[in-house]
Amino acid sequence: MNRFDYIRPTTIPEAVAAASAPGAAYLAAGTNLVDLMKGGIARPSRLVDVGRLPGLSAIEHLPDGGVRIGALVRNADLAYDPGFARRFPAVAEALLSGASAQLRNAATVGGNLLQRTRCAYFHDVASACNKREPGAGCDARGGENRLHAVLGWSEGCIATHPSDFCVPLAAFNAIVEVAGATGHRDIPLEEFHLLPGETPERETLLAPGELILALRLPGTEAAFAAHARYLKVRERTSYAFAVVSAAAGLRLDGGRIAEARLALGGVALKPWRARAAEAALVGATPDEAAFRLAAEAALEAARPSGDNAFKIELARRILVRALTLAAAGTPARMPALPASPFAIGA
Amino acid sequence: MSENTLAQAPVHLRQGSSIGQPLTRRDGVLKVTGGAVYAADNHPPGLLHAVLAVSTIARGRVAALDLAAARAHPGVVEVMTPGHKPALAQDPDEKAGPFAFRLDLLQDDRVRYANQSIAVVIAETIEAATEGAALLAPRYEVEPARMDLHDAESFFPAVVGAGTPAAEHHGDVDAGMAAAAVRVEATYDTSAQYHNAMEPHAIVAVWDGDKLRLDTPSQGMAMAQARIAGLFGIPPENIHIRSPFLGGGFGSKGMISGPQVLGIMAAKLVGRPVKLVLRREQMYGPVGHRAPTRQTLRLGADAGGALTAIGHHTKTASSSFDDFFEPASGASHSLYASPAIATSHEGVRLDTGTPLFMRAPGEATGSIALESAIDEMADACGMDPLTFRLKNYAEVEPISGKPFSSKALRQCYEQGAARFGWASRPLAPRMMRDAAGMLVGWGMGTATFPALMFQAKARATLRRDGTGLMEIGAHDMGQGAWTALAQIAADGLGLDIDQVEFRSGTSDLPDGGIAGGSAHTATAGMAVHGAGADVIARLAELATGDERSPLFGAGNAGVVARGGRLSRRDDEARGESYADILDRAGLAGIEGSGGSAANPVAQSAYAMHAHGAVFAEVKVDPDLGQIRVTRLVGAFAAGTIINPRMVRSQYYGGMIWGLSFALLEKAVTDRRSGRIMNADLGEYHVPVNADVPSVEAILVEERDAHVNALGIKGVGEIGITGTAGAIANAVWHATGRRVRQFPITLDRLID
Ligand SMILES: Cc1cc2nc3c(=O)[nH]c(=O)nc-3n(C[C@H](O)[C@H](O)[C@H](O)COP(=O)(O)OP(=O)(O)OC[C@H]3O[C@@H](n4cnc5c(N)ncnc54)[C@H](O)[C@@H]3O)c2cc1C
Ligand code: SF4
Repeated sequence: MNRFDYIRPTTIPEAVAAASAPGAAYLAAGTNLVDLMKGGIARPSRLVDVGRLPGLSAIEHLPDGGVRIGALVRNADLAYDPGFARRFPAVAEALLSGASAQLRNAATVGGNLLQRTRCAYFHDVASACNKREPGAGCDARGGENRLHAVLGWSEGCIATHPSDFCVPLAAFNAIVEVAGATGHRDIPLEEFHLLPGETPERETLLAPGELILALRLPGTEAAFAAHARYLKVRERTSYAFAVVSAAAGLRLDGGRIAEARLALGGVALKPWRARAAEAALVGATPDEAAFRLAAEAALEAARPSGDNAFKIELARRILVRALTLAAAGTPARMPALPASPFAIGA
Repeated sequence: MSENTLAQAPVHLRQGSSIGQPLTRRDGVLKVTGGAVYAADNHPPGLLHAVLAVSTIARGRVAALDLAAARAHPGVVEVMTPGHKPALAQDPDEKAGPFAFRLDLLQDDRVRYANQSIAVVIAETIEAATEGAALLAPRYEVEPARMDLHDAESFFPAVVGAGTPAAEHHGDVDAGMAAAAVRVEATYDTSAQYHNAMEPHAIVAVWDGDKLRLDTPSQGMAMAQARIAGLFGIPPENIHIRSPFLGGGFGSKGMISGPQVLGIMAAKLVGRPVKLVLRREQMYGPVGHRAPTRQTLRLGADAGGALTAIGHHTKTASSSFDDFFEPASGASHSLYASPAIATSHEGVRLDTGTPLFMRAPGEATGSIALESAIDEMADACGMDPLTFRLKNYAEVEPISGKPFSSKALRQCYEQGAARFGWASRPLAPRMMRDAAGMLVGWGMGTATFPALMFQAKARATLRRDGTGLMEIGAHDMGQGAWTALAQIAADGLGLDIDQVEFRSGTSDLPDGGIAGGSAHTATAGMAVHGAGADVIARLAELATGDERSPLFGAGNAGVVARGGRLSRRDDEARGESYADILDRAGLAGIEGSGGSAANPVAQSAYAMHAHGAVFAEVKVDPDLGQIRVTRLVGAFAAGTIINPRMVRSQYYGGMIWGLSFALLEKAVTDRRSGRIMNADLGEYHVPVNADVPSVEAILVEERDAHVNALGIKGVGEIGITGTAGAIANAVWHATGRRVRQFPITLDRLID
């Protein structure tokens, strides 16, 4: 491994100052970053360990019914927080469908947002990858790209964002609170991750040194709690990233859909909010025909980036199923296989 | 074994025999408490760390390495390259023996596959060695990689697998096909798979003059000694290997691998102890794999559903520089009666590492195709798959006409089907749904694996304190050899297992034979059994010839050994303890030895196989295609069961591997670079707990008088066979869709 500095700041300004230097990276639980360092994919010259920064580990239930989640809250702690799971069941379900129990116990929510793509060519330093090395090319094009993006990709990068957690966060209008050298700011999660475009190496709106402090879920979004699901299709029953996933929330009123929330995972370099589909659902009766129309709308712009055309139809079907499950109502208990099509209790 | 103290077995009601008792693993506590010392856990004083630099191209030459940068890195001690390495006594490309595969030991600058070793960096710390290896930044002269089984020029190898003929037949398959009322011709593709033992290949090598001490996991220490001895020009007995535990081998630790030998070379180069441990991704190349296959099955049946022909042709790949051809077609030799059977193999050469034995080599791969085709034929005949299999039940081994030494397959079918509830299976596919609307399907497959035996030796000692010692250089890969062989030892010595010290896992003990081919319990077990019988006979001789003994004059045949006592067979009240006999003779102990080997007479007279029947239930999401195996029931007959708990574990593990084969495992290879893109356990999928909610294994009673005196067949590999096909057949039964590419992935079920 290469040499690097290791700094453990005790205050947020100290952390931001330390991480603003070129080559610096924040370290939270390290479940992603350390793996990348071992593989030589990430070679930070300075690690700024924020793991013990005070004040970033609380789950606060806000007066408006929303929740503020400190960046260092562990994935498992959030998912098992009863108040949180009651208000945002689809987020809890998404968390529990990710990784393994051991990883969820360690991984932080801030780190989850910033986990890097699982594109195999990104992870293989001998391959050309525009994300790792701008201008190098993209070996995923014409390579093994069965699981790559079908929405929002560019000629320069066809990778997907792997997070499950971020999918319902995008659907339910989460806000990312960040601190930088010039102060604090809020970034809507939907805008937080960037599509590759011409600059696949730019992954988020964060400026160098900016630190995630917390995530906020607005109280208004708790209105979807009775009809909110996350559905994740995987290549094995558990412990696998999504082939395609979807978060769906419905607010029903008099047998009709008053409002809908919809986002897809595993299809693009960011959690893919399907606003057109949401709009198409408003006022409709929650039935298969309406869901199918919404799914068509969500995937309208989709096109394969390689051997992955199947993901487009799969994404439509997942949306239809997720909406069907959401319409049927959030289960009283977390399913034994969270987010699985084989969920018991679904 | 001084540092590894095996727990005593828990007290069981044994009724005088250890064999057959479900003892827990004697090494279990050590393992779950971290006390078991694996190869890489050793840290001799002065240890240096070696890290491989491996090629990122699949074919070409290394044009340049930045040696200066690597050497300059703090902590780096040496960089071993083709131009700077200790001399070997033998060309690593020489075929020095039947199982001497060609090794990549930095003999030149050629690259023949991705992940081939191209240099070794030796440093004070593993971090420094790792960084040093990265700093080598090789430049290559790249030649196009040949990665496609279907693009490469093919040929017909003479032998496949461990040296069996590549083509065999009896009867006339073309005539059988012509005469058939129903025909099935189908092609099945299987993917390249990697062993992925939990423990990576590792070695700690310490030279002392021309003596060599090695801590390294091995499924065959004597073979490793011979190979290393040849390469380094030293006598095999100069090499001391400790291999008390393996974190799995599955065939990949059967022969010493190139990287392990490089660790020895590195230690020689620097004159200090060296440890070399493969990184996970480095296991995808130099330590073997299961090659991809394309198998073409031709089955014919008459109007009544009796097979008239079985043709099984396999196209598979070896490396560009050595021969190992997955003997998949052999699966069709022994299972189904047919007047005509023809099996054949065709090879191509790809720029990969050399494939190798991987758990159920041939049988696993061939069985998934054969069992799928049988299922297709049953369907084409309008017959229940079990009825069809019983209709074509082989009373003698079809390819050879030999009788079976024993075959309780009918009972396996019966007991498995009853337990599973097979009788209520609808004949047509896509007929069953669960409450949640999931498609449900039931499928079955027949399992088979040959009952092999190799050669082994063991040494037994009875001591004056009444305890016994059994010594054999056997190999525990996690399968339970420490326990099962100790059980055989206890019975062989006529002692309670707590009274027997069992030494194993080092090369200075009598050669326990290779742990492979599901033959270790039979092979090492028979040597242990023989050594026990030998030392008892010597003890009996001592007693029966001594007029002070109550056994005086009883004669060998008239004596039984049990519970630490010898007594007269005709009057068990007359006897005495081993301790008394030795005491009176003034001996500290008495030693005997035993050996085992297959009996050639029995082998030429009988076909020897274990058998089983596996039943699978799968659920498939009708829209999303995701598959889940909700139930597996396997019933297996494999002769004498030494330890039912451990045997059950082997069946479970095998069946879960079968699931893995059918639905998950695939090395995703970039066709352009020849690199494997999922060379880690995050992306190379194997089953997790949620994938196997219910697995049951039924141990079907079987006595075999011919395989060996204890009637032991193998259990380690058979579980994969049958299972993979059963799952594929269940997927068809659920969906009505026959997927002939493995693993079956959801995209094939939704288009
Ligand atoms: C085998 C495996 C399987 C997995 N499966 C899944 C899955 O199915 N679904 C899923 O969603 N995830 C999965 N994950 C990913 C896992 O969720 C992430 O690794 C984890 O959430 C990262 O959190 P961490 O705290 O360890 O982050 P770290 O590894 O410490 O950091 C990750 C990144 O975030 C940055 N960072 C961390 N905290 C902050 C902060 N407060 N402000 C600014 N930057 C910060 C770091 O600089 C780094 O770039 C899997 C991971 C593994 C290893
Ligand atoms: S898809 Fe994106 S991440 Fe993957 S290799 Fe191409 S540029 Fe890199």
